[in-house]
Amino acid sequence: MSTNEEIIIKAQGVEKHYGSGESIVKALNGIDLDIYRGEYLSIMGPSGSGKSTFFNMVGGLDLPSVGKVTIDGYNLSDLSQSQLAWLRCNRIGYIFQSFNLVTVMTALENVTLPMFLKGLDKEEAETLGMEILKKVGLEERWDHKPNELSGGQQQRVAIARALANSPKIILADEPTGNLDLKTGEEVIHILKTLSEENNTTVITATHDMKMLNISTRVVWILDGKIDKVKRREDIEINIGGMH
Amino acid sequence: MEKLPNQKQLSLKQTLRISWNSLKIRAGRSFITLSGVILAIAFLASIWLNQDIINGLKLAVPNNEDIANLLLKNKVSLKVSGLDDKTKFLIMLSLLVSAVGIVNAMLMSVTERYKEIGTMKCLGALDTLIIRLFVIESSILGLAGALIGVVIGFMIAYIPSVISYGSHVWSVFSWFEFGKSCFYSIIIGVVLSVLFAIYPAYVAAKMKPVDAMRVDA
Repeated sequence: MSTNEEIIIKAQGVEKHYGSGESIVKALNGIDLDIYRGEYLSIMGPSGSGKSTFFNMVGGLDLPSVGKVTIDGYNLSDLSQSQLAWLRCNRIGYIFQSFNLVTVMTALENVTLPMFLKGLDKEEAETLGMEILKKVGLEERWDHKPNELSGGQQQRVAIARALANSPKIILADEPTGNLDLKTGEEVIHILKTLSEENNTTVITATHDMKMLNISTRVVWILDGKIDKVKRREDIEINIGGMH
Repeated sequence: MEKLPNQKQLSLKQTLRISWNSLKIRAGRSFITLSGVILAIAFLASIWLNQDIINGLKLAVPNNEDIANLLLKNKVSLKVSGLDDKTKFLIMLSLLVSAVGIVNAMLMSVTERYKEIGTMKCLGALDTLIIRLFVIESSILGLAGALIGVVIGFMIAYIPSVISYGSHVWSVFSWFEFGKSCFYSIIIGVVLSVLFAIYPAYVAAKMKPVDAMRVDA
């Protein structure tokens, strides 16, 4: 990684403890990692490895017990609840495995929700919302509720929602986990294109080989520590697995 | 480094819209909560309105022998009086049942929507927004329930009275007393709904946004 690249997320000596005294459990045990602007980073690790905890932390959803996480230069532990909400609203877009669209809202309303939370007025938000829905190819289904959309379409609405406030970071938790092969590929393609077009950092937790294939870097987490970090070109990925 | 701004509060119009849609889409459960409020307020309003009628009639007794005879025929004492202790106890009981119903229905609503709440917090919703959403929903239900309850209470109080006392009911009718009873019934309905939604709303607001990430919900 060249030195002039901008660091967007910095984790320094991050530990996360649960419980206290004798029964203390260290979910994370000293993680240092720099994540750069515009890169596509995949985090891998078996369940129980601390992968999810770390993933949530770089997404501003959880705070470290020891060490510090800075997002876009701000130390998470120094921020108030309201400032954290602002950071989540303006700097980070979230994509979930189970889509998590708000069921009572139409596709457009889901996409404009973060914009309203940011303080945009109705007209601005709806114009922008339609533009983003067009980008993910769903402008014609803008007034459909989530239960009237297929899984792939729902995930595309979720991507549109994550992009609503032009975040610097997109956090995607197994985004293809609930999708079939073809729609999964579409979603990956959209994510990759958008990340390249807008220089957005995409961080995913995934087991999907196709996802790893387009990553800039892959981080393996094991027993609360970073096991290895590899650039895409140094990994051999084939149908059977990877080496 | 510049200090990060605080998150803005969502406009009241948007908040109302989200609350209204949530109620609409869960119409079945909303109706169950509503019926609890309706029943309690109908009971309360019918008792108060009935008392207004009877006291109105009693006050008219000195000028009207006919009313006196009708009251005696229905075994009502001619002395103007307030509610007896047994009735007060029944009112308290009905309000309590309604309150438990509200807390229960709202807590159910929180559990059912914990993913949705977590997602909204990921998108930048403040704790206060979540509280506002739940309290607004509950007050809409409370107001609707109280209004319907008063109408039903009115019928329960007036239909039998008109049958027993005929047009005398209207000749002693007082808009002031009638308005007062309806107004207090509605206020109690709304206050009850808002008050008992606060705890469930607080539970919802304290949820961690991380919970939205869980798949098993």
